[in-house]
Order: sequence, then C-alpha cells, then structure tokens
Amino acid sequence: MSAVEIAAAVRAGERSARDVVEEHLAVIEAREPEIHAFNYVLADEARAAADAVDATVGRGDDPGLLAGVPVALKDNMCTRGIPTTCSSKILEGWRPPYSATVVDRVVAAGGVPIGKTNLDEFAMGSSTENSAFGPTRNPRRPDRVPGGSSGGSAAAVAAGFAAADLGSDTGGSIRQPAALSGVVGIKPTYGLVSRYGLIAFASSLDQIGPLTESVDDAALVLEVIAGHDPLDSTSISEPARGVRDAAGAGVDGLRVGIVEELADAEGVQPDVAAAVEQAALALEKEGATVERVSVPSAAYGLSAYYLIAPAEASSNLARYDGVRYGLRVDGPDAATMNARTRDAGFGREVKRRIMLGTYALSAGYYDAYYGQAQRVRTLIIRDFARAYERFDALLGPTSPTTAFELGAKTADPLSMYLSDVCTVPTSLAGHPAASVPFGADADGLPIGVQVLAPALGEPVMFRVARMIEEAAP
Amino acid sequence: MLSRLALTDDEIEQLIGELGAILEYAAEVSALDTADVPPTAHPLPLVNVFRPDDPRPGLDREEVLAQAPAAEDGQFRVPRILGEAP
Repeated sequence: MSAVEIAAAVRAGERSARDVVEEHLAVIEAREPEIHAFNYVLADEARAAADAVDATVGRGDDPGLLAGVPVALKDNMCTRGIPTTCSSKILEGWRPPYSATVVDRVVAAGGVPIGKTNLDEFAMGSSTENSAFGPTRNPRRPDRVPGGSSGGSAAAVAAGFAAADLGSDTGGSIRQPAALSGVVGIKPTYGLVSRYGLIAFASSLDQIGPLTESVDDAALVLEVIAGHDPLDSTSISEPARGVRDAAGAGVDGLRVGIVEELADAEGVQPDVAAAVEQAALALEKEGATVERVSVPSAAYGLSAYYLIAPAEASSNLARYDGVRYGLRVDGPDAATMNARTRDAGFGREVKRRIMLGTYALSAGYYDAYYGQAQRVRTLIIRDFARAYERFDALLGPTSPTTAFELGAKTADPLSMYLSDVCTVPTSLAGHPAASVPFGADADGLPIGVQVLAPALGEPVMFRVARMIEEAAP
Repeated sequence: MLSRLALTDDEIEQLIGELGAILEYAAEVSALDTADVPPTAHPLPLVNVFRPDDPRPGLDREEVLAQAPAAEDGQFRVPRILGEAP
C-alpha cells in the first residue's frame, strides 16, 4: 500500500494504524537481517505512536495528512531520547536532547517513525559502505549496493519496510540511492525544508527530502515537512507551495531541456542515456517540447563540489572533540584527547574529507581551491539561470550507472565520487531535483531519470516527474 | 595539526596518494576564467535574518550533561588545556 492509500484508509477509519505498523514490522523481521537498512528499529515506539493515531481517529479528530504512515528516518536526523549515530562510532550511544523539526512535523501529521536508517558515515559516500555499522544491501539485488549516502533509506522503501522515508541530500545523497534502488527521491529547493536537527555535513548544500514508492507519495510527504522554521535561519520565509495538486496537471506546453553536460557526462552507461531519451520522448507525446541544452559550467560541478563540501565539513565536524557528547579517548591534555578521540571515532572517508577541507581552506591555498570553487559555483548558477529562460524543467540521468557490486569502488575514492557527477551541479545551485524510476538496464537493475527545476520550481518538477512515472516501462 | 586527527603512519601513507588524486581532479576548477565573478558562499540571497529577542527556555542542563563523556558540578570536564597542572 502506498503512503497516500495508507493515510486515506487510516483517516477514514477503514484500517487501523496499528495494523499497518504490524504489517511493516513483519516485513522488517523477515528481511532486515539480509538487507541491514536500519541502525535502529523503533518497534515499540512505532506501536505506541500508531495506537495514539488510532485513538485520535476513534475520537473523531483529524489525525493528520500522514495518519498511520510508517516513516523511516535517516540516522543523521535527531530524535529525542533515541540513538542518532550518523553511522559513526564517534556518536555511538548518543541520545539527542531534542528532535529535528522534520521529525516533529511528521509525528504531528500522524506519521509513525519506524526506524533510523543506515547511511555512509556523516552522509559522506555513494554506496552506504562507509557506515561504521556495516553496509546496506540493495533489496532489488542483494549483491549490489543501494547507493548512498541515504542507502538505508532507499533500501527501507524498496524492501517495503516503510511507506516513506526522510533522507538528506548534499550532492546527490537522496537522488542517487533512489535511482539505484528503484524508488522516487526528491531534493527540494535549498531552504524549503528546515535543517534544524539534521546533523550538519556541508551546510550550504544539505537539504532534507522524501524517498517514496511513488511521486504522489513524495508530494504528500514534502507538503508535511516543508515550510518556514524559525529555528533554521536559512529556512525560506514564504509558505510552501502546494505540490500535491500540481503533480497531476500534465506536461502539455511545458518546455523541457536535456542537459548535455549531464547526459553526456563521463561514464554514463548506454542504458541510462537511452532511458533519459525515452523519458523525453514520452514527455513529447504528452505535449511537452524537448530540446538539448548546454549548461557549460556544470561540467565543473563535481570538482567544485569536492572543494566546497569538504571545506564546510572540516569546519562542521570540528565539534566532535570528545567534550560534549559521544566518544572520548582520554589523553594527558585536551588537544591529545581531541586528536585521539577523532582518530578512533571517524572512519577513513570522513578523515579524507576533513584533511581535504582543511587543506582547501588553509592560508596560501584558500584562493586557488575554495575561493575558485565558490566563483565556479556562481558560474553554475548563472548558466542554469540562462537555461531556465528557455526551459521550464531540465532532464538528465540521476546516476551515470545502475547499482554496482559491493566493494567495486571502495578502493578508489575518486571513482566513487564520480557517482555524483550528474546530481552535484543542481545541488550547488540550490535548486530542486527529483529522481524517478524509469525502466531497467540489461541486468534488470533499476534506472533513475532526474528532473531539475529552478528554485521553488517544485510544482513543475512534480508535473514532469509524475508523467515520467506514468510512462515508465 | 589543524584537523586534530592523530593519524598513524600507515594512514598518512595511504592518504597522501588518495588526496593527491582527488586534489588533481578538484583543481580542474582552475581551468575556468573567473576574473570578474563574485564567489557564492550560499545559494539563497539571505542576509541578517533576525527574530524577536524573546527569552525562551534552552535545553535542560542535566539532560545535556548526561550525554557528555565527563561532567562535574554542572559543567563539562576535560583534561588540562594549558601547560600547568589542574
């Protein structure tokens, strides 16, 4: 059952939320040992939350838009009193004294948090193999990765452990795992969804969004979590625009561009490129016009990203010093204690990014690396603005490849980074983007097509995404 | 030193090669002419976001300190910071 169907049935009193939760917990029990989507399953908490929803329905009160919908939460979102680890040893055992705004909003809308999902440590990675607690496997093909960093999230939805999930996307961490696992993933406009309580990786890029089975489910979840939050100073002050009503409006008359720098990016699998072309044809058949368009500086997106994101991460992760929470490895003085704690607590990829970011920001190199990357970011924003003068939405692949085997890219960090080559440019621009499943490759592995839109262009993005979903083979 | 990581010699050896390859790729940004281009630090044009200066309760001190590796007298406890004995 989809999230939309569950919420409708629970609100109408046709199904109990408790029954829905038990059904999902049974699926988790059967398959979670093989998949490892979760760091923590909230079985008792979910039952209690579901009973509360049923009581609300029983009283004749409105239980909310997400009534009884089991929602998994990426384990970098704070949940009060419930372990929140970022899949890092440095936060093992920590129980946050507050919850993320999105978690409060899901619960207030009758949603039922069902577990905390696995991720690449601190959301740094594209396969979920960088988790300190072991990798997650792809439910479609367990010898393959689910993508990352929201790999546990994508797997939880693909395996039917949860009807919806909240992930986070810094350079593609919602969209790429959605593509590799065959589910829908949405990265909203930067600032549309509050980041309060999302443990920071790269603050100028991080954004929370839904992973779901369908585009309509994603629209429902986005409407619940979007909107201004005084606790996040980067939160957009205008109210969220309706996306549920917009999604079904069709694409007649829309101008859609295929971004050459994404479609022709290095390493794009022929099956994936063909899927983008086929999705474009389907949109044309429904009345959209489709042309190819160049966003020249997008070709430099990944290079700029691997200076900007590590720079921000090296600063954000300075807080893990063994003083206020999490792990401490003692030493004779504070500086030694800090260094020992961080060496023991952080995994290899996190250390790489901290070193890289510290270097890119250091005196003498700042302007050539970080400064130049920020100027390239301006060029990318300008090039997208030029494209959106002629187009309502843009298309490209989400990931250059379909799901790869576990271990295939762990020895070469740069090859892993290239998984994000098609998702990073729009992240740097702060624009929304969606990944929609569209067919499969020769091995039967799911392919994701990416829909890009200008800032706050979620309504048009959902229209295109919904049509691609309907046309999917 | 800046990153406060007590790396082992093996880790350093491996990182040198990996970071070299990553930096070489990242340095491709220098191919673009950005002479008159202002830097973007943030995708939203927000400046000076204010809120009313109303007092609000913060986090509960005991609850926060209960999560600390070491606490004493309502404060975080750390090893000595300067050269002198505690």
